[in-house]
Amino acid sequence: MKLDLLTSLYVFMLAAFIGFEVIRRVSPLLHTPLMSLTNALDAIAVVGAIILTGEFHAHGAMLAKILGTVAIVAATSNIVGGFLITDRMLKMFKASGPKKP
Amino acid sequence: MTILPGLETIIEITYLIATALFILALKWLSSPATARRGVFAGELGMVLAIAGTLLHHGIVEYKWIVIALVLGTIIGVPLGEVAMTAVPQRTALSHAFGALCVTLVGTAEFYLRTPDVPRFMMGVLSLEVILGSLTFTGSLMAAGKLQEILDQRPRTYKGQNFVNLGLLGVAIAVAGILVVHPEKTQLFPLIVGIPLLFGAMMIIPIGGADMPTVISLLNSYAGLSAAAMGFVLDSKLLIIAGALDGASGLILSINMSKAMNRSFTNVLFGAFGQEQAAAGKQETRPVRSATPDEAAGILAAANKVVIVPGYGMAVAQAQHKVRELYDALMKRGVDVKFGIHPVAGRMPGHMNVLLAEADIPYDKLLDMEDVNGDFPQTDVALVIGANDVTNPAARTDASSPIFGMPVLDVDKARTVMVIKRSMGAGFAGIENPLYYLDKTLMLFGDAKSFVGSIVRELGGGHE
Repeated sequence: MKLDLLTSLYVFMLAAFIGFEVIRRVSPLLHTPLMSLTNALDAIAVVGAIILTGEFHAHGAMLAKILGTVAIVAATSNIVGGFLITDRMLKMFKASGPKKP
Repeated sequence: MTILPGLETIIEITYLIATALFILALKWLSSPATARRGVFAGELGMVLAIAGTLLHHGIVEYKWIVIALVLGTIIGVPLGEVAMTAVPQRTALSHAFGALCVTLVGTAEFYLRTPDVPRFMMGVLSLEVILGSLTFTGSLMAAGKLQEILDQRPRTYKGQNFVNLGLLGVAIAVAGILVVHPEKTQLFPLIVGIPLLFGAMMIIPIGGADMPTVISLLNSYAGLSAAAMGFVLDSKLLIIAGALDGASGLILSINMSKAMNRSFTNVLFGAFGQEQAAAGKQETRPVRSATPDEAAGILAAANKVVIVPGYGMAVAQAQHKVRELYDALMKRGVDVKFGIHPVAGRMPGHMNVLLAEADIPYDKLLDMEDVNGDFPQTDVALVIGANDVTNPAARTDASSPIFGMPVLDVDKARTVMVIKRSMGAGFAGIENPLYYLDKTLMLFGDAKSFVGSIVRELGGGHE
């Protein structure tokens, strides 16, 4: 248990460093899509909500089901909406190519 | 039962692949050329992770999961299809949804596990719930201000910071008690309720011009609360996704603060511009103004034009007319670029998205650092709906409230043209000496129709 926790801390630290290094390189041009994409990725919290909703609970089953269901709705709307809008935004970014109207 | 360990491994592997895809998604976002591949990688990772989770043998009932997934999709699609001008409020709303999910799961986990919650776990759980709840109401408030359901002006009162910090302090103290005594379930609602109140109170003093920083900060909180949830559920995938989101929000907040020359504390506790707005000393110095055909003449005679857009362009929905102006000038051989301040608009990158939507090639959109060196060689700097980010007082006047803030040096161009509704002070209520320079021409009117008139004079446009 203690060891698990320490591993988790390592994972968090490494991910934070990777995050800083990768995101520092994102051009300011794309900062809005960056925010909508990270927001969609963050909604991976849905996996926690799915397990909470679907698991068997000896007590507090009602509470788990209600809160879990609302949580899934919230996260799913972020996933669907986040990916959709990020892609819509990125589709609009075009370089000035040779063929220009 | 023999099949189960295999299944567990498969699920863990889907999580591992999803994690790698998430990191790749962000890496590919570094350039517009690969960015869409990044979205695809993110989507694939997400589908894998969700599919893997649904295989989880602990799940005994699927009915509500399926209903919730469908309902979330129904809500999510319109949120993905909002107009580009509404992206800031949509983003704030999605931070609220993310935080809501995390808070609800955290709350349920507490009641399922109590009284048997180890101290570290209770600490992380408290962090998850406190950050989640304050981000939820804070983001809703921010979305409300951006959508202009709520008043965008900063609201301050005496002792505001004391009250706010006091609230947060109480919530942390209660969390401290719960860490030692997780069986005191009656205290738990306090670490949800107080941060909910704090989140709303935190946004009340924040004005529209500070929204880019605040949205980034809320983004960071949403990420950190999700990472905390990962610790509670022992999910590495969630820890990593949360850490990535947290890091992203933090980098953006730092960028925005730097671009305004202010610290986080100053943004959160400063209530910018309030005194100036209250003082409201009306300048009556003379300004030079020009008509659309005069402006068109000057633009047509220029070799190099830099357009500086701001939130006013978004409000007036003028980006498509700006594109017509860009076309008309390019056709005449004028070199047109755009100078974009990091905090122009209401969220990081806001102007770039609007101009990209209007089909302006992204290589014409320059950062402040790249464009500032160009102004001395620029014939005309055309400011459309931007104010404070062009204020030369930030460089020269130590008494100005924005002194030290990096600005676009439009005053170094040979001619400056400013499209503005009236001489009223900008959002932060700060006087802009740019308007009184001899080289400045004020173009009074609605940005969209004024740019439209210039385009007509230049013989362009599609109408």
